Amino acid sequence: MNAAAAAERVARESYGRLLALLAARTRDVAAAEDALAEAFAAALSAWPRGGLPDNPEAWLFAAAKRKLIDAARRRKTASEGEQQIMLGIEELEAEMSARDAPDKRLGLMFACAHPAIEESVRTPLMLQVVLGFSAERTASAFLVEPSAMGQRLVRAKKKIRDAGIGFEVPEPDAWRARLGAVLDAIYAAYTSGWSDPLGADPERRGLAEEAVWLARVLVSQVRDEPEALGLLSLMLHLEARRPARRDRDGRFVPLDEQDVSLWTRESMLEAEAALRAASLAKRPGRYQLEAAIQSAHATRAWRGEADWDAIVLLYGALSELTGSPVARLNAAAAIARRDGPERGLAAAEEVARLHPVLNDYQPYWALRADLCARLGRAEAARAAYAEAIAREDDAAVVRFLIERREKI
Amino acid sequence: MKYAIIVYESADDFAAREDARAKTYWDGHGAYFGALQAAGVFTGGAGLMPPHAATTVRLRGGARQVVDGPYADIKEQLGGFYLIDVENLDAALAWAEKCPGASTGAIEVRPLVEMNQ
Repeated sequence: MNAAAAAERVARESYGRLLALLAARTRDVAAAEDALAEAFAAALSAWPRGGLPDNPEAWLFAAAKRKLIDAARRRKTASEGEQQIMLGIEELEAEMSARDAPDKRLGLMFACAHPAIEESVRTPLMLQVVLGFSAERTASAFLVEPSAMGQRLVRAKKKIRDAGIGFEVPEPDAWRARLGAVLDAIYAAYTSGWSDPLGADPERRGLAEEAVWLARVLVSQVRDEPEALGLLSLMLHLEARRPARRDRDGRFVPLDEQDVSLWTRESMLEAEAALRAASLAKRPGRYQLEAAIQSAHATRAWRGEADWDAIVLLYGALSELTGSPVARLNAAAAIARRDGPERGLAAAEEVARLHPVLNDYQPYWALRADLCARLGRAEAARAAYAEAIAREDDAAVVRFLIERREKI
Repeated sequence: MKYAIIVYESADDFAAREDARAKTYWDGHGAYFGALQAAGVFTGGAGLMPPHAATTVRLRGGARQVVDGPYADIKEQLGGFYLIDVENLDAALAWAEKCPGASTGAIEVRPLVEMNQ
């Protein structure tokens, strides 16, 4: 790896940790972001020339700290006297150098998930401040105009600062209300990392691992919370299949065709244990259901066949619970596997009729194309593949879809 | 941080100040005030007379316009406010929900702009 790429990787990995640390004291997320951005720019110009420092994170912290102090001097706000900021930063320094410093990212995530923050912006905000997503990227993930998303994020950061939202993981009775948004952000980060398994995009590299790590921290801090365990289980099941998702030539391999001997047994077993622990609470939820679906797929590794009855049932329960058109679509795909392509296609068309938004969703067209092809409706299948290809960003998946279309 | 706990009261809440429920009403605010003081977070505040006592003034083009009534004629009206100094928004919200009127009206929590000495 060249120096520039190494610098970029270190910088990315440190982003959320440093931002959480810098913002925890002042609650001024935007100021911490500005300081950190300047520190990163300095690092990206200094490191490739002079080599990586011994402790890159401490280097970044020191640089960001200077920027933060400079900014505070310039601003001289009425509410945060310079002395107060200096005091806060001395405390931060002690925390930074302490071994096993507690990870403040979780506290920052809970601040973003505060009920005082507008609901629709909570998850995007977490993705931006904890994981360094740009406004453009969160906007595209949430189907919102980038400028509108940018404004909402700015407003939310002002609210955190000016309303004095605390950065602590809340007490058990308060965290339930916020946990959902925290779980959603972790999963959104995971899926964003998941869709780029080769790690070609530096922004996404390590994002999936980061998400799993955050879920582990969450599980250790909010003990016995079944949905947190459910999310961890879900991500571990998906992680287990990572080695089988691409063939030697980097081609996309759909779940049905994956070589189960490549699935990581260790992750699968841990996923199963987490799901069992979650089920003890007898409070089912979205992530537990999704983990159970993956668990039913995982039975293929042991019994040679996924449990399609369970998958159809669980997707049904999931779509009941969430009203999500994607869950309904997945139920249709499972019906196709269990009851044949004709039934599956009818179910998928019914879902698309009820939820026109699916007409912009790549997996809908890919499913439709596959089922039409299996029913011998070649023209309809080719047209559906064209629609799917037009809606896919991942080059490996595009290649897969093109190959499928050519085989008709 | 310093916050204003702003109490919006319904017409019925205002009526409760003077009818058979008056003792309960005033005892409630008295107890709340006592709790704020005992916790060492109270820094000021005032109860306000009902909206019928309000007069709104505007200066437009140098001319004074005076009208009867509160600034905004809405269902719930400003009835008073407490000023407190607590660690963060969650602490302020915890006090706000204990405020009499939280279950009948609405309590707005607003940080104060801190003035330089």
